[in-house]
Amino acid sequence: MRTICLYFQVHQPFRFRRYRFFDIGNDHYYYDDYSNESILHKVAQKCYLPANALMLELIQKHAGQFKIAFSISGIAMEQFKLYAPEVLDSFRKLAETGQVEFLSETYAHSLSSLKGREEFERQVTAHRALIRENFGQEPKVFRNTELVYSDEIGAMVADMGYKAMLTEGAKHVLGWKSPNYLYCNAINPKLKLLLKNFKLSDDIAFRFSNKGWPEYPLTADKFVDWLNQTPEEEEVINLFMDYETFGEHQWKETGIFDFLRALPDSVFRNSPFTFSTPSEVADNLQVISAANVPNPISWADEERDLTAWLGNEMQHEAFEKLYSLGEKVYSTDDDAIKQDFSFLQVSDHFYYMSTKFFSDGEVHSYFNPYDTPYDAFINYMNVLSDFEIRVNAAVQAEVHDDVARLSKIIKEKDEQLEKLEKRLATKVPAKKKSTAAKKSTAAKKSTAAKKSTAAKKSTAAKKSTAAKKKS
Amino acid sequence: MSSIPDLDILFVVPKAYGDEDQSRIDLLGAGDVSVDMRSVRDHQYLKDLSYIEINSNLVPYTSPEEYEELVNKAEHRGKRLVETTMGGKLNFTGKYGKNLYEEIANYAVVAGEITLKRDFDIIHSHDWLTYPAGIAAKRASGKPLVIHVHATDFDRSGGKVNPTVFEIEKMGMHLADKIIAVSNLTRRTVIEKYGIHPDKVITVYNAVDPLPDHEKLKLKRGINDKVVTFLGRITIQKGPEYFVQAAYKVLQKMDNVRFVMAGSGELLEKMIHWTSRLGISDRFHYTGFLKGDDVTRMFSISDVYVMPSVSEPFGISPLEAMQSNVPSIISRQSGVAEILKYTLKVDFWDVDALADAIYGLLNYPSLSEMFKKHGVQEVNDMKWENSGKKVHSIYQEFVQ
Repeated sequence: MRTICLYFQVHQPFRFRRYRFFDIGNDHYYYDDYSNESILHKVAQKCYLPANALMLELIQKHAGQFKIAFSISGIAMEQFKLYAPEVLDSFRKLAETGQVEFLSETYAHSLSSLKGREEFERQVTAHRALIRENFGQEPKVFRNTELVYSDEIGAMVADMGYKAMLTEGAKHVLGWKSPNYLYCNAINPKLKLLLKNFKLSDDIAFRFSNKGWPEYPLTADKFVDWLNQTPEEEEVINLFMDYETFGEHQWKETGIFDFLRALPDSVFRNSPFTFSTPSEVADNLQVISAANVPNPISWADEERDLTAWLGNEMQHEAFEKLYSLGEKVYSTDDDAIKQDFSFLQVSDHFYYMSTKFFSDGEVHSYFNPYDTPYDAFINYMNVLSDFEIRVNAAVQAEVHDDVARLSKIIKEKDEQLEKLEKRLATKVPAKKKSTAAKKSTAAKKSTAAKKSTAAKKSTAAKKSTAAKKKS
Repeated sequence: MSSIPDLDILFVVPKAYGDEDQSRIDLLGAGDVSVDMRSVRDHQYLKDLSYIEINSNLVPYTSPEEYEELVNKAEHRGKRLVETTMGGKLNFTGKYGKNLYEEIANYAVVAGEITLKRDFDIIHSHDWLTYPAGIAAKRASGKPLVIHVHATDFDRSGGKVNPTVFEIEKMGMHLADKIIAVSNLTRRTVIEKYGIHPDKVITVYNAVDPLPDHEKLKLKRGINDKVVTFLGRITIQKGPEYFVQAAYKVLQKMDNVRFVMAGSGELLEKMIHWTSRLGISDRFHYTGFLKGDDVTRMFSISDVYVMPSVSEPFGISPLEAMQSNVPSIISRQSGVAEILKYTLKVDFWDVDALADAIYGLLNYPSLSEMFKKHGVQEVNDMKWENSGKKVHSIYQEFVQ
């Protein structure tokens, strides 16, 4: 069996407004509503709506034969709800055909997989809930932000119950090996790996409209020719790309939609290939080998590593400072704080701070609302500074609440004690009565001091007195 | 330039003091050239000199002290075109003084004279003060003239040009065979404001000399506060008021910071009044004019250097700051902004952005670290040798 696996990434960040340092502590709203809404509308008109309509058309035309997969970040879903519910509806329609698989990812399109399991799992769970609620699917296959993957991340994902995961078929990982087979995780072989064929994927995603490219113009027939030229024993061609390829990165005028429309026909007519969802690939193919990925890889830039997000000092400082707040964030009950914590984790913020544009310019500047990575960094850190103040304030408020609650308990216990002592006093001789009275006054003094440590001590003291009395 | 073989340089300066390094350059003080008055009368290269014989005290590049001296004195009304000393030599002060226009004229006379006595292939003159001399030399010799624009009067005056200076600049640019601008910003000014054909104007960026032994010049910091420094002439061109406004904004948010305005100029008093009116005088300091090692010392105790210039054809000072490991913030309206990567750039009028940049550099340490780490290297990669080679290649066009 030879098959093609199409997966499209859908993501839009919540971009920050220009947040100056004098806003810190004064203004807690961080988002640029205007650009978020207008960009989403633009991309919806140019890409999501027409591309979804075309996908629906193709699925209906090739009943049961044409299949695709999406991964939609939680952040993008939130924006659809806010600004363009019709886009969400069109994805729901695709879900109803039964030919579309929705993958799991982190809610915030974050890099939390690099920061241990707790926050990562929290976000994956939140995203699963969104997928379930909107598309009625229980995802079985995971795709991490920017296809970030390592042996450890894979093992963690396997632990969380997924059967397969998507990542980049990075040359420095595969060496002479081909991405066109099913692989598995090096630690836990139960987790299957689908590797992106970056050559064929990028021919569509990046080179399609490049007139300087010797293969220009790319037609569906030519592309299918290339598929046929891959060695016959190779089983799967994984074509992974941003969904925005259709209509946004490659404009409609380049003929990208016509290419997509013609592709399934050409595949069925001229080749033995079928289309499969990632789940089907994982179920139907045999694993050929484990992939060893000790250091994290991604699908970005020439290097296929993390340097686009965590390549310089600024990115590291911002990243570390952000995650150092995690514990405090979850010790509060403030939902607004938790949501902002999610939105601060969106990988795009770190991407904007990349200084790689000095060499890898075009792609980076295209997606970047800031003039320079330094602007991006300063803006982010200003927001983070304000966020930190809020988190600390919330934690403190909760500590105050705790103290108040504990003192209340102590007071109640004291009153109870007094009652009990009174009852005792009526039954016990006068000698014992006087010592009990002394102890209770001491306890009262300690409650007056509001410190929780003092409170704890005094409760401990009371417990021991109570215990004595019982005996 | 001196490192390029097959290139002999005759360097004509208004006044040679005699201690200059002349190993590769033939240095000629204009005051050491005898002028034959008959040849002066006969030569037509002087025909445009009437342009420049104008009585005005408005002289660019005077220090404020000199300027004050100048206006206090009676206007110079000498009409004699060429005043020679005994032995037919002209007197040059080598300074920009009250009789500047006369010196420029005399300088042109000397230039014409030199062309008759020396052999050369190219004439290269720098900025408007020497354009008439360059033109005179070109007229006398027929050799190509290259002029080098380090600044125009649009930069110096903040847009209100001195018509006399403008005319001289324009004449120089039109008569030149090639124009070298120190940045694309300046190149655009030359093309747009002086009506020069773009093909004639080429950008050659400046560089900076390596810093000699700056460890020795380090000052011990007497305070724990961070120091943000402005260093330059306190004139409209340098944008000192934007620095004051940004300082005020930053001081609303943090108190462990001090601002230093180093330099002097016609706006100094205004700035002093203003900072006290804003109530930030205890955090805002003035050093007066600094030069030489004092500049290096000032950098050694600075955490941030700010150059908010309204118009800066190139701007070497941020390079000096970066050499001293001081991260810099520069205005986008400077030529140097075209080539620097490891620096923050803001529009000079955007005080919020400037304040934000200062705050960011002071509070988010990785940013400073990054600039320190890469900035020195970036500056050290800019070498005068490279600029020289580019100028030389421009010469080659004419010689072959």
